[in-house]
Amino acid sequence: MANASKTPPPANSRAAMQMRLAEKYKDYRHVWVFIEMERGRVHPVSWELLGEGRKLANDLGVELGAVVLGPRCEATKAVIGETYHYGADVCYICEDPLLTDYRNEPYTRALTDLVNKYQPEILLLGATPLGRDLAGAVATTLQTGLTADATELKIAEDKSLAATRPTFGGTLLCTIHTLNHRPQMATVRPRVMAMPEPDRTRHGRMVWHSLRMVEADIVTKVLEFVSDRQSDKANLAYADIVVAGGLGLQSAANLALVQRLAAALGGEWGVTRPLVQKGWAPPERQIGQTGNTIRPRLYIAAGISGAIQHRVGVEGADLIVAINTDPEAKIFDFAHLGVVADAVKVLPALTEAFARRLTSPEPAI
Amino acid sequence: MTCAARGIHSVVCIKQVPDSAQIRVHPVTNTIMRQGVPTIINPYDLFALEEALRLRDDYGGTVTVLSMGPPIAEEALRRALGIGADAAVLITDRRFAGSDTLATSFALSKALAKIAEDRPIDIVFTGKQTIDGDTAQVGPGIARRMGLNQLTYVAAIDALDPAKGEITVRRRSEGGVQVLRSKLPCLITMLEETNTLRRGSIQDMLRAARAEIVTWSAEEAGIVDPMQCGLRGSPTVVKRVFAPQPRADRAEMVAVEGKSPSEIGEAILDLVFAEAPKLEADLATRFK
Repeated sequence: MANASKTPPPANSRAAMQMRLAEKYKDYRHVWVFIEMERGRVHPVSWELLGEGRKLANDLGVELGAVVLGPRCEATKAVIGETYHYGADVCYICEDPLLTDYRNEPYTRALTDLVNKYQPEILLLGATPLGRDLAGAVATTLQTGLTADATELKIAEDKSLAATRPTFGGTLLCTIHTLNHRPQMATVRPRVMAMPEPDRTRHGRMVWHSLRMVEADIVTKVLEFVSDRQSDKANLAYADIVVAGGLGLQSAANLALVQRLAAALGGEWGVTRPLVQKGWAPPERQIGQTGNTIRPRLYIAAGISGAIQHRVGVEGADLIVAINTDPEAKIFDFAHLGVVADAVKVLPALTEAFARRLTSPEPAI
Repeated sequence: MTCAARGIHSVVCIKQVPDSAQIRVHPVTNTIMRQGVPTIINPYDLFALEEALRLRDDYGGTVTVLSMGPPIAEEALRRALGIGADAAVLITDRRFAGSDTLATSFALSKALAKIAEDRPIDIVFTGKQTIDGDTAQVGPGIARRMGLNQLTYVAAIDALDPAKGEITVRRRSEGGVQVLRSKLPCLITMLEETNTLRRGSIQDMLRAARAEIVTWSAEEAGIVDPMQCGLRGSPTVVKRVFAPQPRADRAEMVAVEGKSPSEIGEAILDLVFAEAPKLEADLATRFK
């Protein structure tokens, strides 16, 4: 055992605390995933969580439940069917026109009522603006533990949920348990868990729930929704090719070299946190612990030193190519291909090389 | 008295955090080396403070800053006073040690209720999240406990009508921006880079240096049930802290000696496509 040589934590420390589950929580069973649906579109993180939730449910020998909140319409109906394809055994559904747009009050009510009635032991949500807004309110209402931005979920020996997350800006990882309260809640960022293969033959049960609220109960009104699809907002998290730049670019103007290579490959571009802080790029372009987590097939890091905060956001990439003048840069510890060179010189050459190869009439061998 | 008559009372919750850029991990014990690490006001909280000061510029009123932490967190509050806040409250007590987000929102909401006894609160502000905890959970926790209308990830306050007690904000959501109309009192978590932080005036700095920071123990903050504080009030337990596993294999290095950038570019391409042949095929079809 790798841990056997480690000093056990002192008996009065937190880590030594054992589970003493109150009687009222003993019947809490099954794993739930909140399905984030906005305007008929499911956030892919919900399918990623169903994939992860399926594994947890199998380990515990329990059911996987999906929670779908939204208006009664064809889109909602289609989503219910899909939850089974991605692994759910049962779908808890609350359909009400008040749930058309996300608002904290009716969503918190629906989700807490469902939890109190059906008593899941684990509840997972995406760490998105919606998921974090909802999870914080629901956990406080239920007075239970919530772990933010988990990067690994496991069932411990005592059958409790072990949620591991980066702490101190990613310098360390910590494993968090909710010992004496239920459900055990966690949020997970998009792209941290792998997307499961849907099984279109799977079906499941439906459980219907009614909201029991009227519009007059809800203080906050949605006046308008300005969709990002009308703007050029980045979709970094789900891009299959990403090129990013760091301080090694030396000037804001050189960011154009990163953008050009990304455009030549039909990919997205991003930056490290210092570049956002310098005002060279907007926050939605940030990659890393406090920005986007990416999982592209190809990631090219130009002039990026590879601080742990950056590393945790890109480790899921299939192939990482790093260009940096410093042979000792940390990025070479986790990149697959390393190039010790000035990114400012190599980027234009690489853009040309790709363009030449990809538009060449010669068939690729 | 309506808030139109007395202006807006905003309370900004701030946290003193270690400057994460300077954190080092002890190579043997894997613990955080805090000694000598400078502390800063959580950078995200500064956008909340600035927004509160802007409301005071426009509507009059008061900006109070509130923090929970060790006695040394007084420094962060004093800095906030120097930027322009009117009053500062620190809640500090050994019983708060080990608080998770649920216990933190409990203690802060008690202190907020106590502050509101003197002057009703219209808006509680927090940053989007902290840079050391990164949870974004304390804001919603406070809103829920105090029954405040919860407005998270706010990019801009579009309108405020103190007479009607109405507020209109732009809230960042995953696929776009929601324009929301809600009512005071509310809790706003402010998005980063949404405003430009002011420098305090000389008068503010001088005042801050001499100002009294109101300091409350748990009891003084109105907390009668210590079971909801600190370790005992925290449902989550950190079982293990460890350093990330280094990957066994370092990057395969592309030979660059004596090569021109263009030759390096070609060499990278060959290796990329050798590693990911399917990617080459897919890219080729994309460019047909």
